[in-house]
Amino acid sequence: MDDYVIEMLNITKEFPGIRANDNVTLQLRRGEVHALLGENGAGKSTLMSVLFGLYQPELGTIKKNGQVVEIKNPNDANALNIGMVHQHFKLVEIFSVLDNIILGVEPNQAGFLQKKEAREKVLRLSEQYGLKVDPDAKIEEISVGMQQRTEILKMLYRDNEILIFDEPTAVLTPQEIDELIQIMKELRAEGKSILFITHKLNEIMAVADRCTVLRKGKCIGTVDIADTTKEELSRMMVGRDVSFEVEKAPIHLGDVVLEVRNVTVPSPRHKNNSVKDVSFDVRRGEIVCLAGIEGNGQTEFVYSLTGLTKQSSGTFRLCGKDISHATVRQRSKDGMSHIPEDRHKHGLVLDYTLEQNLVLQRYWQPQFQHGGFINFGAVRTYAAGLIEQYDIRSGQGPTTISRSMSGGNQQKAIIAREIDKEPELLVAVQPTRGLDVGAIEYIHKQLVAQRDAGKAVLLVSLELDEVMNVSDRILVMYEGEIVGEFDPKQTSVQELGLYMAGAKRMEGGK
Amino acid sequence: MKKDQQKGRTLLQSDGSLSILSSLICILAGLLVGLIVLFIINPEHALADGFFRVIKGGFNDYPYGVGKVLANTAPLIMTGLSVAFAFKTGLFNIGVAGQYTVGAFGALFFAIVLKMPWYICLLGATLFGAIWGAVPGLFKAYLNVNEVITAIMFNWIGLYAVNEIMYGGGEGIMYDSKTTKTYSLRLNFEDAVIPDFGLADLFQLKSVTIAIFLAVLMAILIYILLNKTTFGYELKACGHNREAARYAGINAKRNIVLSMVISGALSGFGAGLFYLSGVAEWMPQNSTALPAMGWNGIPAALLAASNPIGAIFSALFISHITIGGTTLPTKYFTKEIADVITSITIYLCAFSLLFKQSLRRWMTKRKKGGESTVTKEKKEVEN
Amino acid sequence: MLLLKYTLIYAVVFMLVALGGMFSERSGIINIALEGIMIIGALGGVIALGLMPAGTAPAVLVLVSILISALAGMIYSLLLAFASIHLKADQTIGGTALNMLAMALGIVIARGYNGSTLAKIEYNNKPFLFEVGGLTINVFLILGIALLLISFVTLYRTKFGLRLMACGEHPQAADSVGINVYKMRYAGVMISGVLGGIGGLAYVIPSVSSWNFEVGVTGAGFLSLAVMIFGQWKPLRIAFAAIFFAIFKALANIADSIDLLAALGWSRDIYNMMPFIASMIVLAFTSKKSRAPKAEGIPYDKGQR
Repeated sequence: MDDYVIEMLNITKEFPGIRANDNVTLQLRRGEVHALLGENGAGKSTLMSVLFGLYQPELGTIKKNGQVVEIKNPNDANALNIGMVHQHFKLVEIFSVLDNIILGVEPNQAGFLQKKEAREKVLRLSEQYGLKVDPDAKIEEISVGMQQRTEILKMLYRDNEILIFDEPTAVLTPQEIDELIQIMKELRAEGKSILFITHKLNEIMAVADRCTVLRKGKCIGTVDIADTTKEELSRMMVGRDVSFEVEKAPIHLGDVVLEVRNVTVPSPRHKNNSVKDVSFDVRRGEIVCLAGIEGNGQTEFVYSLTGLTKQSSGTFRLCGKDISHATVRQRSKDGMSHIPEDRHKHGLVLDYTLEQNLVLQRYWQPQFQHGGFINFGAVRTYAAGLIEQYDIRSGQGPTTISRSMSGGNQQKAIIAREIDKEPELLVAVQPTRGLDVGAIEYIHKQLVAQRDAGKAVLLVSLELDEVMNVSDRILVMYEGEIVGEFDPKQTSVQELGLYMAGAKRMEGGK
Repeated sequence: MKKDQQKGRTLLQSDGSLSILSSLICILAGLLVGLIVLFIINPEHALADGFFRVIKGGFNDYPYGVGKVLANTAPLIMTGLSVAFAFKTGLFNIGVAGQYTVGAFGALFFAIVLKMPWYICLLGATLFGAIWGAVPGLFKAYLNVNEVITAIMFNWIGLYAVNEIMYGGGEGIMYDSKTTKTYSLRLNFEDAVIPDFGLADLFQLKSVTIAIFLAVLMAILIYILLNKTTFGYELKACGHNREAARYAGINAKRNIVLSMVISGALSGFGAGLFYLSGVAEWMPQNSTALPAMGWNGIPAALLAASNPIGAIFSALFISHITIGGTTLPTKYFTKEIADVITSITIYLCAFSLLFKQSLRRWMTKRKKGGESTVTKEKKEVEN
Repeated sequence: MLLLKYTLIYAVVFMLVALGGMFSERSGIINIALEGIMIIGALGGVIALGLMPAGTAPAVLVLVSILISALAGMIYSLLLAFASIHLKADQTIGGTALNMLAMALGIVIARGYNGSTLAKIEYNNKPFLFEVGGLTINVFLILGIALLLISFVTLYRTKFGLRLMACGEHPQAADSVGINVYKMRYAGVMISGVLGGIGGLAYVIPSVSSWNFEVGVTGAGFLSLAVMIFGQWKPLRIAFAAIFFAIFKALANIADSIDLLAALGWSRDIYNMMPFIASMIVLAFTSKKSRAPKAEGIPYDKGQR
């Protein structure tokens, strides 16, 4: 008989129109690291939210130590010693580490805070598990890795036995990931039971004992990591053999389209520069990928390239024309298209209709307006054409409010708009973030089609698989500098990782 | 394709009718509370002498009662438009009262000091209102100060400044020490009074001018500007998502300032309509509170769900019950009952959006779930 | 001396109301309705004062009317809390509506109380005042200093304060550790109602013996809002900001009656304007590093976490 500490049996959770969890069963053994694997939208977060008391399931039971329990809210979960590190940290930035840890379970006398004991306990715990954090530092002043440790300490301070980690590695550098894996192993050694939500196979292989796979809300199965391979796991996750290979014609290099010279961009947050003296070229017919870990200056670089912020020095040339100080509109007119990193922040006016969003970059062109008055007929016809050509699905066609569309279709709309502008240079920033495999494949095909049509493509990506498969040339960015240039055919993920983490850099690298 | 279009249209239609429905619910609830207040004050006379008089509004004293409603509606449409326009472009212009005050100064300055004809005075009022509206816009665009805070501060700065200049220690050039008001336009500067083309005789009330038509015309112009032009497209894009507008090459800072300038100009225009009617003067010694006309623009806009054409009707309604309130017999009631009703109504309007959402949810539930709700929920699951 | 007297009166008012605003905003609710809350509080307190029989002991008069003003403010603030917390209405619009409602209600109730068309209520303010070395001090000064200390301790030294601030900064975080965000926000708004209500009474009582509710509280609530921002949502800074603003307000009051100031030729209106202009200048320079509670103005929706 297995010793299960938590059992989620036949859980069904419905939202109007969709079954997020469909008869899912997950059993967590005492003292194991149990991975929960699935694509975006497979229902992992929903399942964990059920366990943490954020949602109530329609059907199914939860057992702790064999006893049926009801978890109506996070307080109940806490009382059952269940803790969670959320994907987006739940930390109050202006508070100290200590205040964040005790929030909700404050030691007090008649309502007055008594922090002394708490501080001692936190220091003891961080010693015990090797979680170095200064309890008096403010959250806003410490690194993301430190913030994550604060979250872990929050659980340990509450004496939680079951620890849920929701996509904990997405925001970490490779070293920090290694450290986290080490911490998880130590926690397991101390008898804690861990649920580890992820879609990264390497990490599962490195730390997990068992793995439960979800696909489209359904439970595909639970396997022992010792008896399985990455390939099998990925097949279970996607439902078919996935070739991450992207079919590409041989490269035909043309003229230089984008010329970046000595660009430096100041940081909006701290005194240092976000981008330091960056230079490179992008030519017709190639996909150049700017790789790196999040927060190493890629975002700031793209902002200055597209005109959203100003660089403090350096120049951009597009097809030979100096655009260093041109407006966003001018750069767009000169042949730059931009698929932005954050489709909700930049890419779409969510409260506009689909057709209004499809003309966002060209409503001012003579085709769509006359003397300042919008030609609604032309807009409708144009939008309908794009919707058909790019297979953008929505409830009410051109008049659908964009907010109500699915993420994949929102992204398709942006890609349709930007590609249809027939740009010389296509800047695509994390174009596949948060999408399922089908949509990812579609988008990769579109990028390659642009390259094959003789356009220049600059891809900014955090996903190493994408970097390796799509690009013709890789530039690694670390702390605002380009520290290496690679041919994807002659390098490995491991090698790139070393450069991305700043452990290596090319001698005299540009 | 055709099917898609039809579906879209019915949704738009129902969206509009939902807005109207939720506004009507707000009005009814407001009236109900008013009725209760009337009953508390004087149960005996609450209905015949109270509630029905409020409901009858201007028609209590036909024709000049109706004239009063019309004269009152014109500036109210403008202040309502001012708030509605700002709303549509993502800004809350709480500074209408201040812009109205400064606009009034502009109108009277052009009339009394510069002795200009009425249409120039009206432009003057518009200009002054626009300048006062520009201030919160500039603070927001270039210094990132919330427009609500700036507008509140500049409401009071405007009020005190106008009082100071008009009074000038009792020797202000526009100040008539005999009446303790600014000089009467009708007696001294006939040219500056907006013409009435016989309307005054029709309603037996001097303050009825062509102002109401000018206001309606402006509402239509604003409607066209917002919905039919590229400029309106840009302004609304900035309002919905400033970052996305910037991404699309729209100068967001400039548009924020322009939005506030136009909004302020509309308020100023409204002040012009009121103070150039010939029967209104400014009392610099007595005006320690901001003019109510400015504040009432907020309910007018909210009731109209920020629709420029809707603002005409909501302004008419508010004027109607306000004038109705003034006809209440003072021995039983005070005229501010009407204010209570309007402010309850806007308190409810503050969450009219919520009404709308729940109405829509209720309707879609009955229709067994449209596709749009499905995808929305799906999005929630994804994160 | 006159300047000091008025400065103290207004400083206490601004401080109390701004502290109220602070509690509300620290919990995440923008409270633009302070002006309206002050009107209702003042009205409640003044009417309570008038309704108590003539022979009542002065201490009882003072205590009861202050309690009633606090209660009136609190009940009125519940309207804001309900609209913005449960109905997730736009807080600025809701607050504006409540300001307008308070203005109208103030007049209606004042007239109803008088039984005439006059909205001016007369009252006896003697029990609130006492002399210390030639300077007239009112009880609100003492109450204000006490409430300042209590506010400081509550915010920074108690479990309640920690939780309140968490709700205004990151309600999802508070919720995830089992704090009831709705409850904390209600508490924040209700405290602002209490302090705002007392502030309203403190505004009308000490300086005059009758108040015309047709003018509301002449923008004192909005000034307090500026004091709160000037004070960066921190109790001690708010106290200093209140004194600073009060000096200008006091100058405006006495501009005509003091020869030295009258000789300057500046009118009441100019002094009245000054605190508003000062706060705009400060806002212009500090806006980039302003520490407004991060989640203020955003309705908290349990579904979206």
